[in-house]
Amino acid sequence: MTGSKTIRVLIAKPGLDGHDRGAKVIARALRDSGMEVIYTGLRQTPEQIVEAAIQEDVQVIGLSILSGAHNFLFPRVIELLKEKNAEDILVIGGGVIPEEDIPGLKKAGIKEIFTPGTPTSAIVEFIKNNVKV
Amino acid sequence: MDIVPGILKGDKRSIARLITLIENQADEARDLLKQLYKFTGNAITLGITGPPGAGKSSIVNFLAKKFRENNKKVGVIAIDPTSPFSGGALLGDRIRMQDLTLDDGIYIRSMGSRGALGGLSRASYDAVKVLDAAGMDYIIIETVGVGQSEVDIIKLADIVALVLIPGMGDEVQAIKAGVMEIADIFVVNKSDMDGADRLITEIQMNLDLNQDKNKVKPPILKTVGTTGEGIADLYKTIIDVQKQLQDSGMLTNKRKTRINQELQELIREIHLKQIISSFETQIRIFTEKALNKEIDPYSAAVYILENAKL
Repeated sequence: MTGSKTIRVLIAKPGLDGHDRGAKVIARALRDSGMEVIYTGLRQTPEQIVEAAIQEDVQVIGLSILSGAHNFLFPRVIELLKEKNAEDILVIGGGVIPEEDIPGLKKAGIKEIFTPGTPTSAIVEFIKNNVKV
Repeated sequence: MDIVPGILKGDKRSIARLITLIENQADEARDLLKQLYKFTGNAITLGITGPPGAGKSSIVNFLAKKFRENNKKVGVIAIDPTSPFSGGALLGDRIRMQDLTLDDGIYIRSMGSRGALGGLSRASYDAVKVLDAAGMDYIIIETVGVGQSEVDIIKLADIVALVLIPGMGDEVQAIKAGVMEIADIFVVNKSDMDGADRLITEIQMNLDLNQDKNKVKPPILKTVGTTGEGIADLYKTIIDVQKQLQDSGMLTNKRKTRINQELQELIREIHLKQIISSFETQIRIFTEKALNKEIDPYSAAVYILENAKL
């Protein structure tokens, strides 16, 4: 009786950054494309994000950041996922991230970075193409 | 780690995996549940229900902490509605439970209702068993924000707390036939707001009209979900109600009824699936016939079922 598989995504805002309009727009777009989106609210530590992702058994973590601390916080999430043997979870990022930081973040294990102006449909498509269900 | 031993050890990854299998109705989920069943029945299940925005998540947050202070392990299942159009869901109950995430003795799972209409999700029933087998002492189930008739939580919870808020005045009258009847405990949240005492009076009046005079009157408590005021009393009340249920044998009765219902539902589900798959052609033929008014659906159903007996 194999049923359908729903993609589950955790949308998280790491660090000291109170702006979550963007994260909410993404969450809504993913919901409208049929995914289950867990939004955990503002000011999450990487530890909280990774633990929530494991408890919720998500296939994707979407990190949104506007504070400029992405070069520390994003790789830290990847590191913790590895420690917990959960590196199979796809991690993507978004927010105000300078072009020149993107290669480094990708090298650290963030699969894709979406900067302002990205149509939400591109994010939906990226997830659907990259998640094994 | 293998899933069953993992769950028995309380490993969160294993718990999470099995709940996903249950949600996706994977074949192996039922086999794993069979192995776990004998380890269930130790946890007390607590249902938190109430209208949207009543403060259910905030109360769950404070209650979970209270249970932890008393060294109890807590599982939380928080259900939010799934969109009937996209099949997607925005699950936001964790926002109010942020500081519980890193506690080793707490596991929280958000679930979409995925088409179920009674305030729960289909998978929540089996998810509770997983958390029970994993050694949780208390399992808190937070329903979808309910209206009048979403009362499925009584099929799952040993104790039901209904959270209401002031400013609903007449609404209490309106909902008296549905969710008002299933509460073991009434919680008046946001009780720092105007109208809290009037709400309590309304609930009391409603309870006084209850025909069954022998039934224990559910306690009514005031809380403030933003500060945690009143939570200590709520906790104490829950423990009292639990003790009453256990001492009076009511708990066993409730659970017996529940297992009976579950068994009937499983029989219905499995049987129906068998019939539908073995009479696929006939169902299709009769559908055509009924469309052309050559037979009525009532006779067609009886005909198919009579054949199914063979």
